[in-house]
Amino acid sequence: MLQVSGLRSAYGRIEVLHDIDLTVGAGEIVTLVGANGAGKTTLLKCLSGTQPVTGGTVQFEGADITGLAAHKRPGLGLAQSPEGRQIFTSLSVAENLRLGAYNFKDARVASDIDEAYAMFPILKEKRNLPAGGLSGGQQQMLAMARALMARPKCLLLDEPSMGLAPIIVQQIFDVIVSLKARGVTVFLVEQNAYGALRIADRGYVMETGRITIEGRAAELLADPRIREAYLGV
Amino acid sequence: MDSLLQFLFSGLTVGAVYALVALGFTIIYNASDVVNFAQGEFVMLGGMITVFAHEAGIPLPLAALLAVVLTAAIGVALNKLAIEPARGAPVVSIIIITIGASIFIRGASQLIFDKQLHRLPSFSGDAPIRIGGATILPQSLWVIGGALIVFVALWLFFTRTLTGKAVLATANNRLAAQLVGINTRAIMTLSFALSAAIGALAGVLATPITLVSYDVGVALALKGFAAAMLGGMGNPKGALVGGLLLGLFEALTAGYLSSQYKEAVAFIVILAVLFAMPQGLFGAKSTERV
Repeated sequence: MLQVSGLRSAYGRIEVLHDIDLTVGAGEIVTLVGANGAGKTTLLKCLSGTQPVTGGTVQFEGADITGLAAHKRPGLGLAQSPEGRQIFTSLSVAENLRLGAYNFKDARVASDIDEAYAMFPILKEKRNLPAGGLSGGQQQMLAMARALMARPKCLLLDEPSMGLAPIIVQQIFDVIVSLKARGVTVFLVEQNAYGALRIADRGYVMETGRITIEGRAAELLADPRIREAYLGV
Repeated sequence: MDSLLQFLFSGLTVGAVYALVALGFTIIYNASDVVNFAQGEFVMLGGMITVFAHEAGIPLPLAALLAVVLTAAIGVALNKLAIEPARGAPVVSIIIITIGASIFIRGASQLIFDKQLHRLPSFSGDAPIRIGGATILPQSLWVIGGALIVFVALWLFFTRTLTGKAVLATANNRLAAQLVGINTRAIMTLSFALSAAIGALAGVLATPITLVSYDVGVALALKGFAAAMLGGMGNPKGALVGGLLLGLFEALTAGYLSSQYKEAVAFIVILAVLFAMPQGLFGAKSTERV
């Protein structure tokens, strides 16, 4: 589904991603874990087209999308729920969801919005309120629901658990698992390594702009290096 | 009593012009958070191009259409050549760029056209219509009607169409707008074209009453800005009400105090709004959790 080969990216002259290789297969949940500042978000920005790539390629469903403009990617089926949620704070919850399906004008948009409300009932309750007034957890739900409105084949999630209460984190992770059942491929970037690896099929560990460890999620959970560095056990 | 009615009519006419300028401000502000001080020049261009095209023998409706289209193209060029290259600069810098652009457009117009005052024939004759004890020119009804139609069209655009919401989304969060598939550069181009076209329309409608010359844009931009601030920047309803109110204030000041104080009204309004209610009459109070 998604294939990254030899990817490099830089802020000015400082290269922050060095020769990244990773793949996400159709129907998988793949997670990328690592400490703050490791380059996880930069990698996701390269995938969504909002960060310039200085080398290597990104392929989506076999097509090279490395230089494709960001706004053309959701139409291909590659949607992102970005770091810091980035919802449209001045627009209502319902308008945020409608804009998530910007590429679509058919009748399915309305049923997709109903589905989003079924997934996150609190959003239905607040649908006419400005999204900027939502709590952090509700904003995260809205950001994910908005990304799903694009009918993605592959959903990129950046730190969906950041700053949220454990009970909300559990709810968000449950939704991610349910997406897999619906056939959506998920690439999940997380600092919460334990939570992410528990629901993922495979995982990558990133340190200072390089992939240092990769493997099946269950193996990574048992890996002593990861247990010590990221799981705190 | 009759004189009050007369002041109200002239206030509404002038106010409708201010409202159209303020509506132009609203669109670009909504798309980019930038106050485009070249907005007054669009009004001037609308008037001047119509005058010169009409003098060259083109029928008035066609000349007006030509003026609106050409001005829209100039608006797009302003965005492409001056605003877009500065993307990422602070909003204040971009506002200063628009002031520079307005000086440039004014200077160029002085060379391309001339420095004379020009007028256009009224669209529906010059016979005043008597209402109550006062009179109103048919052209005033054109101006007021034009402002109302543009307002309704814009209100529908921002609240009922996906493209209108995309404009609001682009202003609110450009990154997120791209991530949902909005071509934010196209949205900016659209905003400048629309805004310039509305400005030009104001120029076409008002020229038979107010006359036009290369330098009318500065005052109009300031008045339109005062109107937009009074109504609440970014809100089409605020632009309309703010424009009409400012026109009425001016007309009443000129009528009951002295016409010498008329020009001061806009500045007093700006100061009063900034001191007492910076968000304006209809401006949204921003509430955001972080």
